[in-house]
Formats: sequence, C-alpha cells, structure tokens
Amino acid sequence: MTATAGRPPADADPATLAAAEDERDTAAPRQVRGGWRALAVQPLLVTLGVGAYLLWRATAELSDTEARQLGATTLWAAIREHLALTLAAAVLVLLIAVPLGVGLTRRPLRRLSPLVLGVANTGQAAPAIGLFVLLATWLGFGFWTTVVALVLYAALPVLRNTMVGIEQVDPRLVEAGRGMGMSTLAVLFRVELPLAVPVMLAGVRTALVLLVGTATLATFINGGGLGVLINTGITLSLNSLLVSGAVLVALLALAVDWLGRVVEHVARPKGL
Amino acid sequence: MSDSPTTSVGRRASGLPIRLEGVTKRYPGQDRPAVDAVSLEIPAGQTVMFVGPSGCGKTTLLKMLNRLIEPTGGKIFLGDEDVTSQDPDRLRRRIGYVIQAGGLFPHMTVAANVALVPRMLGWDKRRVADRTEELLDLVGLDPATYRDRYPRALSGGQQQRVGVARALAADPPVLLMDEPFGAVDPITRVRLQDELLRIQDELGKTIVCVTHDFDEAVKLGDRIVVFDVGARVVQYDTPEAILADPAEDYVADFVGAGATLKQLTLTRVEDVELRPVTTATVGADSAAVVAAARAAGDDFVVVLDGRGRPISWPTVAELSRTTTVPATVDQRLPVVGLRSTLNDALDTMLAASQGGVVVTGRRGGLSGVLTVESVMAAIQRTRAAVGG
Repeated sequence: MTATAGRPPADADPATLAAAEDERDTAAPRQVRGGWRALAVQPLLVTLGVGAYLLWRATAELSDTEARQLGATTLWAAIREHLALTLAAAVLVLLIAVPLGVGLTRRPLRRLSPLVLGVANTGQAAPAIGLFVLLATWLGFGFWTTVVALVLYAALPVLRNTMVGIEQVDPRLVEAGRGMGMSTLAVLFRVELPLAVPVMLAGVRTALVLLVGTATLATFINGGGLGVLINTGITLSLNSLLVSGAVLVALLALAVDWLGRVVEHVARPKGL
Repeated sequence: MSDSPTTSVGRRASGLPIRLEGVTKRYPGQDRPAVDAVSLEIPAGQTVMFVGPSGCGKTTLLKMLNRLIEPTGGKIFLGDEDVTSQDPDRLRRRIGYVIQAGGLFPHMTVAANVALVPRMLGWDKRRVADRTEELLDLVGLDPATYRDRYPRALSGGQQQRVGVARALAADPPVLLMDEPFGAVDPITRVRLQDELLRIQDELGKTIVCVTHDFDEAVKLGDRIVVFDVGARVVQYDTPEAILADPAEDYVADFVGAGATLKQLTLTRVEDVELRPVTTATVGADSAAVVAAARAAGDDFVVVLDGRGRPISWPTVAELSRTTTVPATVDQRLPVVGLRSTLNDALDTMLAASQGGVVVTGRRGGLSGVLTVESVMAAIQRTRAAVGG
C-alpha cells in the first residue's frame, strides 16, 4: 500500500496530467448560441407587415388611377426593378470593395488606404440625391447610372469593414502562420479572411440595407423601382401610393437585413 | 514534397546543429544594429536558452533562425546547409515554431491546427490523422476528447500544449520557442516546463528558446546564452557554470542575488529523497487504510484514482470519519513532477500553504511525497558544499 519512489519509466500517458491541469486551469465556458431565436422575430414581423398590407389592398376603396398603380403586375414589376437595382449594385460593390479592401491591407498598398478611404467617405457623405443627379447629368439617365450611383454610395461600409476585419486579426496569428511556413497568400486565405468574415459580412449587410433604401431615389433619374410609387404619390397627392411605396420599401429593407443576418450566422466560422 | 528527409513516419529525427556566422540585423534609420555580428554554435539535440534584458535582440536573433526576420548580414547553417539562401516558406516547414499562448488559429479545431504543416507537406489523410493522434498524446491531451474542440474551449495551458504539438507535427529537427510559457499562471507553467523536459528526453530535438525568466532558463536549458544589447553574447555555458562563475558583473547582476538559492533551480525533485506514503484507492475500506497508515506512522494518506494518479491527501483523522475512501478531487492538491526543480516544489508548497508536495512520475502516477524538511536538508547540503 505504500508508494514506490521512482516508478519504472514507462512510456508516458500524459493525458492524466492534462486532466489534472484541467481542474486548476479552467477553460473558457462555451458561449451559448441563442442567435436563432432572435433571427425568428424579424421574418415574423415582415410576414405580418406583408399580410397587413395585402389586407388593406384587398379592402381599400381606390380610384382607377390608384388601382392601376397598385395592381399586382405593376407592383410586382416595381419590386422586381427595385431588387434588380439593389442586387446589381450589391454584386458590383462586392466585386470592387472586397478586393480593394484586401489589397489596401497588404504592405505595398497600405500607404494608400487613407486616400482610398477618403474617397469612399466622400461618396457616402455626399447627399445621395446630389450624387444621383450629378451622375445623371454626366452619364445620362437610366438603370445603369443608378447602379453606378448606388455603388459609390454603398461601397464604404464593405470597404471599411473588409479592412477593419483584416486589421483586427491578431498579428501573432499571422506571424504563427508565416512561422509555420504558410505563404502570405495562404495566410490571407486560411487565416486572415476567415477571421475577418464576421466583420466583413456586417459591412455587407449594412450596404444592402443602404442600397434598398437609397434605390428609391432611382425614380428621379429614371431608374425605376419602388421610388416611382412614392414620387407619383407625392406629385399626384395620392397618399395610398405614397404610403404603399414607403411601406413596401421598409418591408423589403427588413427582409434583406434578415437575409443578411442569416448569412452572417451561417457563415461565421465555428470556434469564434 | 521531399524537402525534408526527416519526416518519414516512425523515424525519430534527432536535432540538427545550428551554426551562426556573423549574423547581423540592421534596421534602416538606426545607427546601432539590433543584432551585431553574432557567431554561435548550437549542438544537435540540445536545448539552448536565450536570456537577456528586453530589447537586447534575443527575439530578433531567434526570428532570424527561421527568417521571419531577414538578416542583413552573416550566415546561418542548419546542419551543413546555408539556410540564408533557401526559400523561407519551405525552410519554415522544417523548423517548429512555438509562440506565447500557442498562437492557435481560433477557427480551426485542435486537430486542424496540428495538421497544418503535414498538410502543407502533402501527407496523405491517414498519415496526418495518425500523426495528430500521436502528438496530442505526446503533449498530454487525450485525442478523443480534444481533437474536435476549438481553441476557445481550451485553457491557456492546454492551448500551449497544442501549440507545441503543432510545432512538432512534421517532426522538425529544430524547434524555436519564443517565450512559450509567458502567458500562463505559475503552476501551469511548471507543469508545461516539466512536460517539455519529458518530450525533449524522448525526442532529442535541437531547441532554441527565448525567455526573460532566468530560473526557466536554468531549469530547461542544457546551455544558456546570456545576451547584452545588440545581441552581444556575454556568456554561453551550462547553467551550472553560469551560476557558479558568471563571466562578467553584468551576468552576475542578471543571475540575481542569492546564487546559493539559485542552486535550488539546479536540483531536481528526483535528486532528493522522497518520502514514501500510505496510499488508498477510491472506494477502499477506510478502516483498513487508517490502520495501515497508523502502522506506517503516517498522519495522512494519498488517495489515488483508478489510474493511479493522486487526487487528494486527507489526514488519518479525516479518513477515519468515513467508511469508504471518498472520490473527492482536491483542487488545491500540491503536485510536482520528478523533473521539477526544488524551487518549483518550494513554490508549490508556499502557494498551497502546505508543508509538502505530492510528487508524480511519468504516468502521472504517485512517486512519493516531498516535504519541506527534505528541501531544507538539500539547501543545507548545497550551502555546505559551496562554503567548503
């Protein structure tokens, strides 16, 4: 029953030691991920909103003009146009702002980042309507001019969040990667970008919501979308059109924001 | 990829020697070089500790060994190869690199972190999985439990273990460590140091380790390099020689006062006589254990779990109030390993306010108990030896 000093050296079974260490040096508790429940509220609100709108549309007494403007085909066309503007601009924003943001965190281009951020800031700080009109006088009216204006307007959040996301990655992790023999490109794609994803996606969601809202201005430069409804409502003093446009844009923005949140939730790297 | 001849399965690479010839690092805009023409030979399979004040260039020198920092002059040889002209990425895959707090990638599981370098070297899946298993086992983490965890779910000490496993993954001949145990609490640090000593006994790598803690250098190092500003090598010798005969006042200052007590850092627990103690396994009959303890003249008993590792040490009085030996794990049970230094043991006793520590051997099993009296006796002997 007594201990033997100097047990015969056997091959180690160090799991026991680590287990002992467990008790002293406790690990951080796993965070509970209650995100899904919060995510369920928003689509519920949007569905309720859509339902309420459809109910109103079915029961309201409307004049001929109103009924024509709020007919299913016209409305649907306006919504599709609005989404097309948003989508085209969003894709272009991603294609431009993400690579640019990544590039500006690389050593050779880092000096340029204040300059580029300045330009992007100006794009967003300029009143959107002014930006639209100025571009229209230069590029002409229409869909693609609207898209260009929207891209200028919404590039900043994606650009800035890409840069911030990459810059907030612990430099020691980058060094660890390099120290293991990963190339700079491998470190970028396997360490920096995955760790930057949450911040980047938050920027993308902000940009999308901005885009849905700002695309209502397209009507002033003949770009179409739900803004037409609002504009017509104002000029003809038809409140039903005005409110319909505003409500639909709001619902669309909420829906897009929700989609963004879902993507953020799903794409967030495990372990963070 | 075949750039490393030492990575074949099952073959233990003993380390390669490292030779520095006039290695210099000069940063633009600074009149004094950060590292000034350092020449050094690091023998194969030895642990060499770099110590010196902060800003002396020891970390810069370490990072030049794997060319995370490019030297502006001089040559570095790994074995017979001049590595200053090699592709740095391929070079680094042959040199293990451990940084403070492990530097694990938080979005990858423990297994994915460990498997990084073998994957880069193009090992097949099976081999990578086997190797990951083997390494987690080596650093004392049960593969089944920890393989699929993310670093966030690990404690600091466990993360550091994974960091060591990751650095050893492709069986590199050389391991570079940059203040590896600086970010963990003192008790965990002692354990990690003991583990490193054990791993090094098994593997025989060439290890270069930067530390600011001279006691750590004495404990871990086969040899110690003491640096001054500009990475000037002030003394390069065994810990014993540096403690006994510091080359300059500067080293004496750095080593610190009480060099006699520093000898405590040189004496391992295994060099001192341990006291055998009555043991009991969980669930055994208390009365029988109490009787055995009384017969042996012990006033306490060490309780072992099913795998023979100590979990608590109740007094005989406490135990006699129970019918069977309880399975309670004493969180504050002071434990050191056989390779711990007397300094560690004394620290652990003081931290736990106990007059002794439980000593564990290689399987984490009980080796005996070290009492404060035996430590005092060892100090007396050292003083007598130094005095005489």
